[in-house]
Amino acid sequence: MIDGLQEILYTMRRNKLRTGLTAFGVFWGIFMLVLLLGAGRGMQNGMERRFMNDMSDTIWVHAGKTSIPYQGLGTERQITLTQEDMRAIEQLPGVRFLSSETPLGAFRQASANIVVGDRSGSFGVIGVADEYFDIKANIDFPGGRKLHLLDAEEQRKVAVIGTTVQQALFPPGISPLGQDIRINRVTFTVVGVFYDSGREGRMSERIYLPRSAFGQTFGGGERVSVIALRPEPSVDSYALEERVKELLQRRHQVAPEDRQAIRLHNMARQAEHFNQVFAGLNAFLWFVGLGTLTAGIVGVSNIMIITVKERTREIGVRKALGARPAGIVGGLLMESVLITGIAGYTGLVLGVGLLELVSYGLNALNLQLDFFAQPEVDFQLALTALALLVGVGALAGLAPALKAAAISPVEAMRAD
Amino acid sequence: MIKLDNLHKYYGTGAQRLHVLNGIDLHIREGELVSIMGSSGSGKSTLLNILGLLDQYDEGRYALAGQPMERLSEKQAAQYRNRMIGFVFQSFNLLPFKNALENVSLPLYYQGMSRKARSEQARHYLEQVGLADRMTHMPNELSGGQKQRVAIARALVTQPKVILADEPTGALDSVTTGEVMELLHRIHGEGNTLVIVTHEPEIAAQTQRQITLKDGRIVATPDGIAPSATEEPA
Repeated sequence: MIDGLQEILYTMRRNKLRTGLTAFGVFWGIFMLVLLLGAGRGMQNGMERRFMNDMSDTIWVHAGKTSIPYQGLGTERQITLTQEDMRAIEQLPGVRFLSSETPLGAFRQASANIVVGDRSGSFGVIGVADEYFDIKANIDFPGGRKLHLLDAEEQRKVAVIGTTVQQALFPPGISPLGQDIRINRVTFTVVGVFYDSGREGRMSERIYLPRSAFGQTFGGGERVSVIALRPEPSVDSYALEERVKELLQRRHQVAPEDRQAIRLHNMARQAEHFNQVFAGLNAFLWFVGLGTLTAGIVGVSNIMIITVKERTREIGVRKALGARPAGIVGGLLMESVLITGIAGYTGLVLGVGLLELVSYGLNALNLQLDFFAQPEVDFQLALTALALLVGVGALAGLAPALKAAAISPVEAMRAD
Repeated sequence: MIKLDNLHKYYGTGAQRLHVLNGIDLHIREGELVSIMGSSGSGKSTLLNILGLLDQYDEGRYALAGQPMERLSEKQAAQYRNRMIGFVFQSFNLLPFKNALENVSLPLYYQGMSRKARSEQARHYLEQVGLADRMTHMPNELSGGQKQRVAIARALVTQPKVILADEPTGALDSVTTGEVMELLHRIHGEGNTLVIVTHEPEIAAQTQRQITLKDGRIVATPDGIAPSATEEPA
């Protein structure tokens, strides 16, 4: 075994440049494959961070005007969602979390005047029902806490503010936690600061208040602007979406085919869409990466063929001296596997290393790139690539090795 | 040692079929020094290849050291070649990137012998052929005669039953030819069986028995001992 290895290393050393160039082909192939897949993963992570802060199984319900006459009622009738609708939805089986948004002002994007000391700004203020932060479970809270049930029960005048709001209203270095802010001249206490990457960060321009204090202070009655819910893990979110739609259409006498009056937006559909896009992207990256790798492997195979041709006489002599065909095949296969294995492993390590370095760099510099975050290659993939390498290394050497084994010593020694 | 019965060998098929060996009967005893003569195309190379298990025969029987050499697999043939036959070629066929010692140890490597043991044995045989001071020389640093002596040491190192030499002096000048022939005679004198294929009558004349091939048949096998052989010191 050791002797065999020495024989192989010997022949490889005899053709240093050639072996090196061949190895580089394989190295480059696997290096590119790892980089491509890692970069693809980075893009996916970036996109997910950007768009998928809302849990991907959330169903958002909006109301609009009717577009189809139904049960004697005409079109252009404004549908308003209410607390009553919430209670009805709560009764449906399969609802895990349920919440709502009610903005301060006449329409959803309305904003209110906020004053803190001598600073002021205009931001959206939204009253949210109890389980709101179970719906938006993924948003960051760099400071303070979320709103919870006690805030609602005790009708506390508390608020959580987005990071943009914090930057506008509080000087740097001053913690907003425990500070009072005045919303349309009513005082609320800040208990938390959140960062929501949704809508490219514009979701962080909001102030959330508990629904109860909001209603008590600003009115609004039964009206809610948006209802949000998440299904139980075992429940099909599309089926639940359908049930909610039917319920609301019945309650508000909306035609079943009316797409304007009650609008449901299921994030699962978006997530599925995303996953499809990235599955496609990944397939493409694999295709390109494997193509590069294949070029490297064909190189190895070619070199092995040349090696066998060059060594025809030597192989013939060895056979005459008692080398067995299996030994000849084994030696050449091992040479091929050794070249691809070492070169490929180096490519794998350097590729993963580079990805880690980029990832580390992004973190260390606190760079938030819009479409790129945490490039990575999972362990499974690395193992797959490694197995692939050894396999294709053997494959690349197989044809030339079998050719060598078939060499007749007589013919070989007559050559040149 | 070598026994051939009605051996036939054909090349090609159908109408193009060439009858290269046409019923060879041959018996070479242990310790004999035999030469095979013949013009090119007489079948002598084919016969040597069959004797050396490098080629297959089509009909007849071949026994080497009492063992039938029939329908051997590649692997079996390789093992028999390794243990029973030593080859000496016209063009030496040393591996160019290995030094003399490594070349001589190569057959032992294929026996699975340890590095130390095979180096020791190889050193012994290199000394035997008078190259004690050339062990680490590469083939391109050796003269033709020295190369052939390395090749002879390589043929001897496994202590084979028979040594087959194919035009062993074909690439050498007359002085070196003399040296190599002297070495072969000495090896014969130590009890080895040698078969030398040659087309040079002077070489053949130095063997105990000359077998002449023509058109795939043995035309003359003067039994007994050639006069010149007895004059050589044993």
